[in-house]
Amino acid sequence: MNILSLFLKRNTAPVARERLQILLAHERAVVGGSDLVAVLREEILAVIAKHMQIDPGAVRVKMDRNQSLSTLEVEVDIPAPSGARPGDKPAETAAEDETPKAKVA
Amino acid sequence: MAKVLVVTSGKGGVGKTTSTAALGAALAQQGKNVVVVDFDVGLRNLDLVMGAERRVVYDLINVVQGDAKLAQALIRDKRIDNLCLLPASQTRDKDALTEDGVARVMEELKEKFDWIICDSPAGIERGAQLAMRHADVAVVVTNPEVSSVRDSDRIIGMLDSKTLKAERGERMEKHLLLTRYDPLRAERGDMLKVDDVLEILSIPLLGIIPESQEVLRASNIGQPVTVSNISSAPARAYIDAAKRLQGETLVVTIPADRRAGLFGKLFGRRAA
Ligand SMILES: Nc1ncnc2c1ncn2[C@@H]1O[C@H](COP(=O)(O)OP(=O)(O)OP(=O)(O)O)[C@@H](O)[C@H]1O
Ligand SMILES: [Mg+2]
Repeated sequence: MNILSLFLKRNTAPVARERLQILLAHERAVVGGSDLVAVLREEILAVIAKHMQIDPGAVRVKMDRNQSLSTLEVEVDIPAPSGARPGDKPAETAAEDETPKAKVA
Repeated sequence: MAKVLVVTSGKGGVGKTTSTAALGAALAQQGKNVVVVDFDVGLRNLDLVMGAERRVVYDLINVVQGDAKLAQALIRDKRIDNLCLLPASQTRDKDALTEDGVARVMEELKEKFDWIICDSPAGIERGAQLAMRHADVAVVVTNPEVSSVRDSDRIIGMLDSKTLKAERGERMEKHLLLTRYDPLRAERGDMLKVDDVLEILSIPLLGIIPESQEVLRASNIGQPVTVSNISSAPARAYIDAAKRLQGETLVVTIPADRRAGLFGKLFGRRAA
C-alpha cells in the first residue's frame, strides 16, 4: 500500500450498496411471478407516495407473460386535484373518470 | 381486533428473538394484552430471553397435537401481568407442527389477546413459513450488512406470496426494524446507511435499534431489554417502535446510551 492508496481508500458502504442493488434486481427478476408483481407494486407506491398522498390499495399491478407479447399493467388511483374542495362532488367524479392508466408493453 | 405479527428475517442471529421479547413487553407495558409465541422448534430461546425457562411445562406442539390445553401451556410473565409466552418444544421434531393445528391455536389466541407476536426461526423453510402464515403485520429484522439485506429481500418476497393474507389478494403490512446499528461505523462509511437499506428494501422503517451491551445484559438476567433497563438506548428504540406499530407517528431517531458520550449524542440529534 502506498501513500496515495491510503488517501484514495474508499468507504466500503457505497460498494456494498451497489453490489446489493445489482444482485437484488437480478434475483427479483429470476423469482418473477407474484413476487415480482408485489415488489413492483410496493415500489411504485413508494415513489408516488413521495409526491402525493395515496391509499396503499390505490396501486394495482398486473403482469401477463406470453410468447409473443408481455404486458405490465399499472393502475393508480390518485386523489382529486388539491384545488378541489372535499365534498366537491363534480370535481371528484371528474378526477375518477380521468384516473390515469399506464400500459407498458 | 387481534393482530398477528411475525418477527422474521431469513438470516439467523440478527435479533428476532431479542426483538420479539422487547416489542412484546413494550406493547404490554403500553397496556395491550400480548402473547409471544416461539416458532423456533428445536432451538427455543424466547423462554430464556423472557426468563421463563424453568416454568415451561407444555409447549406449542403439545397444544397443536391436543396433548395440552392452551391455558396449560401459556406462561404468564412474572413482572408484566398482561404478557404471556407460548414456548416452543425443545425436543420434538419441527414436522410435528401441522398447518391445521397451528391455525386452530392462532384462532384461539386471537380470542384472548390484542397482539400475537410470532418469533420466526431463521431460514426460509417450513418453520419460517408457518410462523408467517397467519400474520397481519410483519416486522422484518435486518442488520445493516449485505447478507442480511439480501435475505430480508427474500423474506419480503415470501411475505407477499406465501401468507394467507397474500393468497387472499390482500396487502401484507411490512415494517423494517434495523437492528445492531452502530453509529460510529456508519459515520466512518463502513456500514450500510439507513437510507441505503430503506431504498433497497423499500418498506417503511419501524425503528433503528443501536448495538448495545444492554441487550446482552438483559438476556443474561432473562428480561426483555425494555424491562431490564427502560431508559437504555435499545429500550427507548423498542418502545417507540411499539408505539409506531399501534399507529403513532414518531420521528425515527437513533438513541444512544449515555456512556456513548458526546459523539453519540451529537450523532443521535443529527440523525433525528
Ligand atoms: N441491539 C443489539 N445489540 C447488541 N447485541 C444484540 C442486539 N440485538 C441482538 N443482539 C445479540 O445478538 C445475538 C442474536 O440475537 P437473537 O437471538 O435475538 O437473534 P435471532 O435472530 O433470534 O437468532 P436466530 O436466528 O438464531 O433465532 C444475541 O446474542 C443477542 O444478544
Ligand atoms: Mg431466535
